[in-house]
Amino acid sequence: MSEVTVARVGDQGMVLLRGEITALDGVLGAVGLPVPEPRRIGRGGGRAVAWMSPDEALVLCPADEARDVAARMTEAAGDAFVTVADVSDARAVFDLRGPWADEALAKLTPADLAAVEEDEMRRSRLAQVAGAFWREEGGWRIVCFRSVGTYVHDLLDNAVAGGPLAPA
Amino acid sequence: MTARLPRGGRRIDRSRSVEFSFDGKPMRGFVGDTLASALLGRGQQVMGRSFKYHRPRSVVAAGPEEPNALMGIGTGARFEPNRRATVQELYDGLEARSQNAWPSLGFDVGRVNDWVSPLFPAGFYYKTFLAPRVAWKHLFEPVIRKAAGLGAAPEGADGDRYEQAYAHCDLLVAGGGIAGLAAALAAGARGERVIVMEQSAHWGGRAPTDAGEIDGMAPDAWVEDAVARLGGMDSVTLRLRCQVAGVYDHGYVLANEGLTDHRADKAGPRERLWRIRTKKVVAATGALERPLSFAGNDVPGVMLASAVRDYVDLWGVSPGDRTVIVTNNDDAYLTAKVLVRAGLSVPAIIDARPAPDSAVVREVKALGVAVHAGRGIAKVLGRDKVAGVAICLIDGEGAVLQEIKCDCVAMSGGWSPVVHLWSHCGGKLTWDADRAMFVPDLDRPPLGADGVGFVACAGAASGAMTTGAALRDAHAAAGGEGEAPQAEDEAFDLEPVWQMPRGAPHKLRSKAWLDYQNDVKVSDVRLAAQEGFESVEHTKRYTTLGMATDQGKLSNINGLAILADSLGEPIPQVGTTTFRPPWTPVTIGTLAGEARGDLFQPLRRTPLHDWHEAHGAHWEPVGQWRRPYCYLRDGETPEQAVHREVLATRNGLGLLDASTLGKILVRGPDAERFVDMLYTNKVSTLKPGACRYGLMCDENGFLIDDGVAARIDEQTFLCHTTTGGADRIHGWMEDWLQCEWWDWKVHAVNLTEQFAQIAVVGPHARTVLERLGEMDVSKEALPFMRWAEGEIAGIPARVFRISFSGELSYEVAVPASRGLELWEALHREGADLGATAYGTECLHVMRAEKGFIMIGDETDGTVVPQDLGLDWAISKKKDDFLGKRGQERTHLSDPDRWKLVGLETLDGSVIEDGAYIPDAGRNANGQWNVQGRVTSTYHSPTLGKGIAMGLLRHGPKRMGEVVKLTRIGKEPVEARVVSPVFYDPEGERQDV
Repeated sequence: MSEVTVARVGDQGMVLLRGEITALDGVLGAVGLPVPEPRRIGRGGGRAVAWMSPDEALVLCPADEARDVAARMTEAAGDAFVTVADVSDARAVFDLRGPWADEALAKLTPADLAAVEEDEMRRSRLAQVAGAFWREEGGWRIVCFRSVGTYVHDLLDNAVAGGPLAPA
Repeated sequence: MTARLPRGGRRIDRSRSVEFSFDGKPMRGFVGDTLASALLGRGQQVMGRSFKYHRPRSVVAAGPEEPNALMGIGTGARFEPNRRATVQELYDGLEARSQNAWPSLGFDVGRVNDWVSPLFPAGFYYKTFLAPRVAWKHLFEPVIRKAAGLGAAPEGADGDRYEQAYAHCDLLVAGGGIAGLAAALAAGARGERVIVMEQSAHWGGRAPTDAGEIDGMAPDAWVEDAVARLGGMDSVTLRLRCQVAGVYDHGYVLANEGLTDHRADKAGPRERLWRIRTKKVVAATGALERPLSFAGNDVPGVMLASAVRDYVDLWGVSPGDRTVIVTNNDDAYLTAKVLVRAGLSVPAIIDARPAPDSAVVREVKALGVAVHAGRGIAKVLGRDKVAGVAICLIDGEGAVLQEIKCDCVAMSGGWSPVVHLWSHCGGKLTWDADRAMFVPDLDRPPLGADGVGFVACAGAASGAMTTGAALRDAHAAAGGEGEAPQAEDEAFDLEPVWQMPRGAPHKLRSKAWLDYQNDVKVSDVRLAAQEGFESVEHTKRYTTLGMATDQGKLSNINGLAILADSLGEPIPQVGTTTFRPPWTPVTIGTLAGEARGDLFQPLRRTPLHDWHEAHGAHWEPVGQWRRPYCYLRDGETPEQAVHREVLATRNGLGLLDASTLGKILVRGPDAERFVDMLYTNKVSTLKPGACRYGLMCDENGFLIDDGVAARIDEQTFLCHTTTGGADRIHGWMEDWLQCEWWDWKVHAVNLTEQFAQIAVVGPHARTVLERLGEMDVSKEALPFMRWAEGEIAGIPARVFRISFSGELSYEVAVPASRGLELWEALHREGADLGATAYGTECLHVMRAEKGFIMIGDETDGTVVPQDLGLDWAISKKKDDFLGKRGQERTHLSDPDRWKLVGLETLDGSVIEDGAYIPDAGRNANGQWNVQGRVTSTYHSPTLGKGIAMGLLRHGPKRMGEVVKLTRIGKEPVEARVVSPVFYDPEGERQDV
């Protein structure tokens, strides 16, 4: 069986943006990003922005840019009712890659993975904790809260160790 | 005697033998055998002893409905009791043990129960073990547990691993017989996402043995072709050894897939629980043949007619040289055909019908088989195995007309559609009197969220009992377009027989079994009816009919028919018991899935977790976090460690991982208004750069959380909560913002995990921070209850000058990923200052010395801030805050409430946790009256004596008074009522 791998990602920066999402074009535009469609990920300038809820967006960028991105968006927001927060350190991030990565993830999340679009941010559950994931080349990028990073890492390793789901 | 036939057996591979053992005895079978077929093939007919009477029992069935052949499989960590030999696939090295027999399967002393069986009537347990009460524990229970029960419980941890997986589909087909396959073909042709799950290791169900041609092909060839066509459809998934166990609301279905139980190689997960969301379920679950209720119908050698032909046709096993067939329908004649074809003798068919006459009856007669119409079996001859049958008139009372020698009896009392999955989620049944079966009531299906039925039965499960009808029914159930697969409609004539002979006297009824597994007989159900049990559910529980691990698969319909007859009511009036999931037992391991060992529950770890672990942390669970209670150094007890940590902090420098404290950013134009509603005190007046301690109450006024709020800027507050309160308070804020104050412009963002927070505490706290550099943390630049932003040790930091210990104290928040760097720098630079990591117990002791309350110790959901002397933190100026009106209610503003005081024992000892303060007199129940209780109690290393806080009626007015506190098993201890602030009451140490 071909291998599926689990790797912790250290360089994923994240900046949380709260505010009426349809009114965030100026703030997101300041860092070269479009306003994302519901549940989708928009991209621009080597960064991405995910729609998280009608009043929340998550900017994805290299970790070392996060402070700067947060500062630029804060400045662009001015007096608007918008909250910007660097949450890069509040999360643990993993890459799950390989030919049956979907099957390994299907052991942990009730989300219908076949229905997840290429550019979709899927917020769901990983066994007993909250998690979110989106498709990346050859698999999934998975995000959970930092404090349960070890738990989720163990979950993913365990799911992979169990092998694929395909009928023997 | 049962034996392997010289030829035949479509499932076995005679060129590959398999070695296994039964009760320690080595045996041999073939690849493709079940444990049951292999045992029968070796002449091992007796496979267990019955539950109550310890009668010898052999297999009755060949599938999952088997009640008798339960065995313990495997050894040690892989031992499991109560597995059905009829579905256990044989593998090399399989070890099987019989159950419920002592000292051996062949000779069981419990058999004495059988000889005195009149002493064990229905409801025996309820009638017998009534008194004396004390005998339950020492006599009745141990004896019953030894004598009754099925297999032994496994010992130790399960050696296998299990997993779960989620799946989604348009159509879930339960059952891979021809009906299931036809339904899947119909839906698959439309490109729907289809999952087909079959509990056994084979597609096609009973068709290869029972059916004629389908679409001009032999049934096994049609099945092979259908499976190949489905395999070629991308949207169709096929799974064998996968039982659909239960159907639930909203199209939720649980199924368990066996992965290693059929293999010698046990690597990988043993079972997988499928958690499926489907738009529709087609239950193509077939039907179960019913036994007939005649005396001795449990003697080894009496089997279901369908099972007899299965053992011959599928596994090449002879169930006996001479088989008498007893039936009330046409279907059992198939068994005669299979037996004759295999060269076995069928001396007679006893048919309860007065004049059976259909194509199959004529065909079997033409083979030379004698058919005795209008007859029944009076009783089976032979005690431990079948020696013959005594024949009587079906409508008589059992006078013997003739005896026929035989060593096997094949019985068929008709068929019961497997309507379990239809029923799990509320589908109703209707009685089909002509064919004597409950079938799905199509007008009352289980309803989905849209009010439309989401389960359909197909094939035999919906009562389509002929091959052609089953295929047409399944095709239609899946909404198939075009023609259904074509097959013949065989004869299916039946005349109900619920007791044989119909006039059987008590003597025969008391040897006619309904429920083999729980040893319930026709006489037991009749007795229950006689004693006034009218409801089928009550009768079930009273007699234990259908309550064993097989959940009455063979017995329920026969039992309720007997009950109906006893009550003189029609069968549909009596109705069925409830069909509940699972269809057959599911292992607890599968339900637990990955949640065991390290993955049992998520453990939350701070950024410093690994450091703590490497430095002797003695852990304490706090919510799902683990926090160090203390750090054990060489040979220390936790008590000694706490003592050391308190003194080191008070006299030098203590370091605490405070990362778990909640940090919620509250921001927006309405943030001031919002925090003033959340906190009982006025927080909006804080200036940027300042901090304030605040209390949060629920809408009833009870104290739910406390912490320090820091004003970041005009629109922003950072609200610190307790560790356990972080998620709860964030949810509380969102609740108000989303549901009540939806038009307020406030964002609440939980940043708890973004920061590592380290408390730097003690007289040398300032020194160590100054050594790390960059920030001015002097009294002038950063006074008490202020915060500042800058860099500590080159790490961006917010430093809060707050104290929960009464010492000079700073809490430093840095990005979580740099927490360890700061922590190690503090230890390095503070080494000569006595830098000491301290845990939660030291924190608790120090806050108690200072009289600071702790949410969860001083509060328990019934305490208001006023009880704790925190009136100063409740604003009189604000119009409103959460809890204000609640606190004004008479009970909560009652001057007689228990209030916070300090307690100091006269002898310096430590008061027991949870001790009460008794009052004079006793209450109506004869218990001591109480006037208070202890909320926190510790040994104070600083003061060298026990200190405690507690709630006491009129407490603050009773300073100096001596009260008594309870001790478990000892006389109460005396303590003086004092101020709760034991240490540095002026607060001089923290404000330096």
